[in-house]
Amino acid sequence: MNYIESVGQYFMMLGDLFKKMTKGSVLRRLIIQELNDLMTKSLGIVVFISFFIGAVVSIQMALNLSNPIIPKSLIGYAARQSIILEFAPTFIAIIMAGKVGSFITSSIGTMRVTEQIDALEVMGINSLNYLVFPKIIAMLFFPFLIAISMFVGIVGAYLAAVFGGFLSSENFLLGMQQDFIPFQVAYAFIKTIVFAFILATVPSFHGYYMKGGALEVGRASTTSFVWTSVIIIVSNYVITQLLLS
Amino acid sequence: MVKVENLHKSFDDTAVLKGITTSFEPGKTSLIIGQSGSGKTVFLKCLLGLFEPTEGDIYFDDKTYNDFTKDEKSKLRKNMGMVFQGGALFDSMTVFENVMFPLRMFTKMTASEMKNRVSNVLDRVNLHDADDKYPSEISGGMQKRVSIARAIVNKPKFLFCDEPNSGLDPNTATVIDQLIQEITRENNITTVINTHDMNSVFEIGEKIVYLQDGLIAWEGNKDIIHDTDNEDLTNFVYSSNLFKKVRVAQQKGY
Ligand SMILES: Nc1ncnc2c1ncn2[C@@H]1O[C@H](COP(=O)(O)OP(=O)(O)O)[C@@H](O)[C@H]1O
Ligand SMILES: [Mg+2]
Repeated sequence: MNYIESVGQYFMMLGDLFKKMTKGSVLRRLIIQELNDLMTKSLGIVVFISFFIGAVVSIQMALNLSNPIIPKSLIGYAARQSIILEFAPTFIAIIMAGKVGSFITSSIGTMRVTEQIDALEVMGINSLNYLVFPKIIAMLFFPFLIAISMFVGIVGAYLAAVFGGFLSSENFLLGMQQDFIPFQVAYAFIKTIVFAFILATVPSFHGYYMKGGALEVGRASTTSFVWTSVIIIVSNYVITQLLLS
Repeated sequence: MVKVENLHKSFDDTAVLKGITTSFEPGKTSLIIGQSGSGKTVFLKCLLGLFEPTEGDIYFDDKTYNDFTKDEKSKLRKNMGMVFQGGALFDSMTVFENVMFPLRMFTKMTASEMKNRVSNVLDRVNLHDADDKYPSEISGGMQKRVSIARAIVNKPKFLFCDEPNSGLDPNTATVIDQLIQEITRENNITTVINTHDMNSVFEIGEKIVYLQDGLIAWEGNKDIIHDTDNEDLTNFVYSSNLFKKVRVAQQKGY
């Protein structure tokens, strides 16, 4: 299938997805299940990665700041900026494209090839709504995950800088509070919401419309990861261009 | 009662079904037989409304899909049960939850009413002590039973089964066939089964439709299928050596 057709099909999917809502009591269970699968189970890796990325960012800053004219507090400032603006929202979103994205594609893809989606349709259920809508709702909690990532990342940066002996705790905290622009945080969370929607829908698309058998499920997961990442990177560029420049 | 009139179904340029006209009666088990790739699954999915026919009409109790209002359509859906080739059980749910799913989705039953109904149906398909197991933890035969239980739990008027005994050993296959036939009679369901299993044909074929090249090449029942003069059907039916020997013996008058 060519790309233009796929894009059209994707937007048609978004349209169909909100039709004929699933029964409330069933939907509630599905959302709780998805929250667990998509959010809770990602917490560990997000915390782990954020901590070390934060640490590495501040060590890199410290090592590259050899000029004595530049105040050491800049390490704190730069760590905060890079973590809040890019590392937490964008980098974690790419990690999630691998973790959550391939999970979504392979679970929906498996349901497709084993006719579970047909079984839903036969019963008169809008399978798109049943499968994808709860994922979108669960992904609305993605900003919380990113907030945690920001916090842990900065803690990592702080610990690495201070305990690595690069600068004093006061200096780091001073830098961290320097030139704080609240809109930048808003920008980061606007990105996060967009990424969350991409993370829920693009992998679902790849799983839902796949054809073939078990082998193709694996292939679809890989393709889905590539496309989800590419779309996240491109929309990151577009959003940054629109909001910050 | 399901009536099919001049049903055509094509994908892009390839015609799979080229004008099928037949009907299926309540309380009877009707079989669709034919080689792999002859369009049995496509035919069933047209009946189910999963595929839109390219041409032709399908009547459920004298009304076509097109005549139905939206409400009637969803009512019709609730009156249909389907047993998929691989079972199509929901992996993320236990056996009990799988069977309860249609009830939870479409009825206003209380939790205890649902539990009662599900237990009864699981009993009916002779499935015991598997309530809390997941589909991946039970055998193929048991999965088929669960699938049948899920298909009949909401008391459908129409039951469709795609190769219900593929992948099963002959004994289990016969048991599953008989189970479907009994349930069909008990509840006066209109049942249509896809199969290429000759045991099923001779066992439960109250009506048999032989599909070939997208058309019905022969129609009848298990008692007259021996006498067909359709050569392909004869080859199909007597494809196993044992049956061939039996037939030769019959012809020689032994
Ligand atoms: N969704 C589809 N798109 C295109 N072709 C299909 C589709 N489903 C089935 N076909 C084709 O229709 C023909 C009949 O398939 P099927 O009904 O599955 O045969 P069987 O009798 O073995 O169940 C096959 O040639 C198959 O390739
Ligand atoms: Mg088939």
